[in-house]
Amino acid sequence: MTKAQGMTTLRQLVHLQRRADLLDLVADVLVIGGGPAASWAALAASAEGARVAVVDKGYLGTSGATAPTNTGTWFVPPGDGRAAAIERRQQLNGGLAIARWVDRTLHLAWQRLHTLADWGYKFPHDDAGKPYLNNLRGPDYMAFMRRRVLRAGVAILDHHPALELVSESGVVCGATGIDRQRNRPWRVRAGAVVLASGGCAFGERMLGATGLTGDGYLMAAEAGAALSGMEFSAQYACAPRHTCMNKGMPFVWASFYREDGARLDTDNKDRYAVVAQALLEGPVWGRLDRGTPELSQWLRVGQPNCFLPYDRAGVDPFTQKFPVTLRCEGTVRGVGGIKLVSDDCATGVPGLYAAGDAASRERLTGAISGGGGPNSSWAIASGNWAGAAAARFAAREGANRAERKPVAMGGAGLRPAKAARAALRAADIVQTVRDEFLPLDHNFFRNEATLRQSLDRLERTWRDLRDHLAGAGTAAVKAREAAALTATSRWAFASALARAESRGMQRRIDLPAADPQFVCALEATGLDHIEVKRSALADTVDAVTA
Amino acid sequence: MIEIVSATRCIECDICVRACPANVFDRVRKKPPVIARQEDCQTCFLCEIYCPTDALYVAPNAEGPTGITEAEVAAAALFGSYTRALGWRRGKPGGSEHDPTFRIRVAPR
Repeated sequence: MTKAQGMTTLRQLVHLQRRADLLDLVADVLVIGGGPAASWAALAASAEGARVAVVDKGYLGTSGATAPTNTGTWFVPPGDGRAAAIERRQQLNGGLAIARWVDRTLHLAWQRLHTLADWGYKFPHDDAGKPYLNNLRGPDYMAFMRRRVLRAGVAILDHHPALELVSESGVVCGATGIDRQRNRPWRVRAGAVVLASGGCAFGERMLGATGLTGDGYLMAAEAGAALSGMEFSAQYACAPRHTCMNKGMPFVWASFYREDGARLDTDNKDRYAVVAQALLEGPVWGRLDRGTPELSQWLRVGQPNCFLPYDRAGVDPFTQKFPVTLRCEGTVRGVGGIKLVSDDCATGVPGLYAAGDAASRERLTGAISGGGGPNSSWAIASGNWAGAAAARFAAREGANRAERKPVAMGGAGLRPAKAARAALRAADIVQTVRDEFLPLDHNFFRNEATLRQSLDRLERTWRDLRDHLAGAGTAAVKAREAAALTATSRWAFASALARAESRGMQRRIDLPAADPQFVCALEATGLDHIEVKRSALADTVDAVTA
Repeated sequence: MIEIVSATRCIECDICVRACPANVFDRVRKKPPVIARQEDCQTCFLCEIYCPTDALYVAPNAEGPTGITEAEVAAAALFGSYTRALGWRRGKPGGSEHDPTFRIRVAPR
């Protein structure tokens, strides 16, 4: 798009007041985020007739975990095969997914992937000449979505991170933040808000993680929403050491070796658990030596960014060993997020909806990773549900929004409870979260003593930042990220402690068996005092869809 | 991390300043953008493909700068190598229709 087009969109479709000291907008629906779920939510809200504004921390098109990757979709046509696919997956997910939610996610994703083909996204064709809709190439998909969103007349505000939600009489009615390239505050008053701000990568250097700091979780919790499934935040993936290339596909055909050349026995085992154990004992090397030459060529052409680390270091990964590491994928390819209370992705807080990795994906994927296809299809389906529902809520409840006098809801990092302390640095807090959350012997392999120790330190960090951390202007973005990372790591480890068993990606070495009394969800609430309680898996059917 | 903005290749369009999701670049009047916040770089390589003149280079080390020079990158023909591998051209998408990933998904494991 050109700059001129973007400005026209803003002027025509949002009541714009351009002031030097504040960008002040009124919209029907505000979408926070810049990945696939945010894009689909914006399109769905717009299709319902809403005036839509999207604010993103980065750039809609490159932001988030999808844009830099090549992702599968969970693409299952209707028919008998779908029930069988759902049943196969139910065997693996720890019994926590809900078949009805899986089915409705698959159904809407299947429809919208066809829509994408109809719109002209360039899918490859298989040997039978049919478009292959089971895969989306990240950079192309997100560039395509940006064009569709602009064409729908949605105002996109890149580099406009949201700092906090605002509400009036308990109804979320907008957000405020900062234009970080102009150092100018913005305010959007809206009839409803969709949080599509992604998952949390806990400061890990994994592909696409820079903006994935759990901001949406913090904003939702401040508004009174609950988190669910936060214990399922222990997903890790292999990457060449020192790189962020945590893309799993080439490693399907990898062998792993210890320093002395001994090959790790990963046959019929949880491969990354074997690699994780070996990494705790010493360096591990990988080699992509289990595929055919033909496969090597397809990998190179189909997953070109995976080969940048090798090509730029002059290594042939098919014949030479290279050092590897495991990168924590947090709730991005984990499961946890904002609890949804109805079919339309409502959060239980009036006016607030959640989609994509910002929302819990437990009902879709249970206790195992939704990485790749399931999360990609979830972003499409939940984005569509949330966007449409937010538009309907705004039409129903959002009258006189320009006259509203909303109250700011943000706390930690913005409004310290006591005197601000300049020596308290956001970067140091992020490092504390990394130190406590990322190590394999803290998070991949969990046990009560280590969880309690980490939680103690994270509690102290939280109290300190709540009382004393403040950032003005663009520094507020880093302060809020530090607060969100700390809050999210506490919800995750408090939930991991409460789930006194092993299930899916929660590996408690002190409690290695699954316990039938934990066939339930765990709901985490609160900021200063975190409470984790069981909630039934009982399916919710939305009564308010009109 | 992002390491090089080639002044000889850059046309000062500032697309990278807008497209970088981590906001690592700053605009400079009548000059190429500067790498202002290198430590924020997420090593996603997307700035390289959005650059219409292959003027940017991201080293695969995500943990810190390597100090590689423009001459070394040019000598190894690495400017624009990811863009060419994808089939993008002059900062515009292309090539997704040739993605053979569907063959990988059914390959024996």
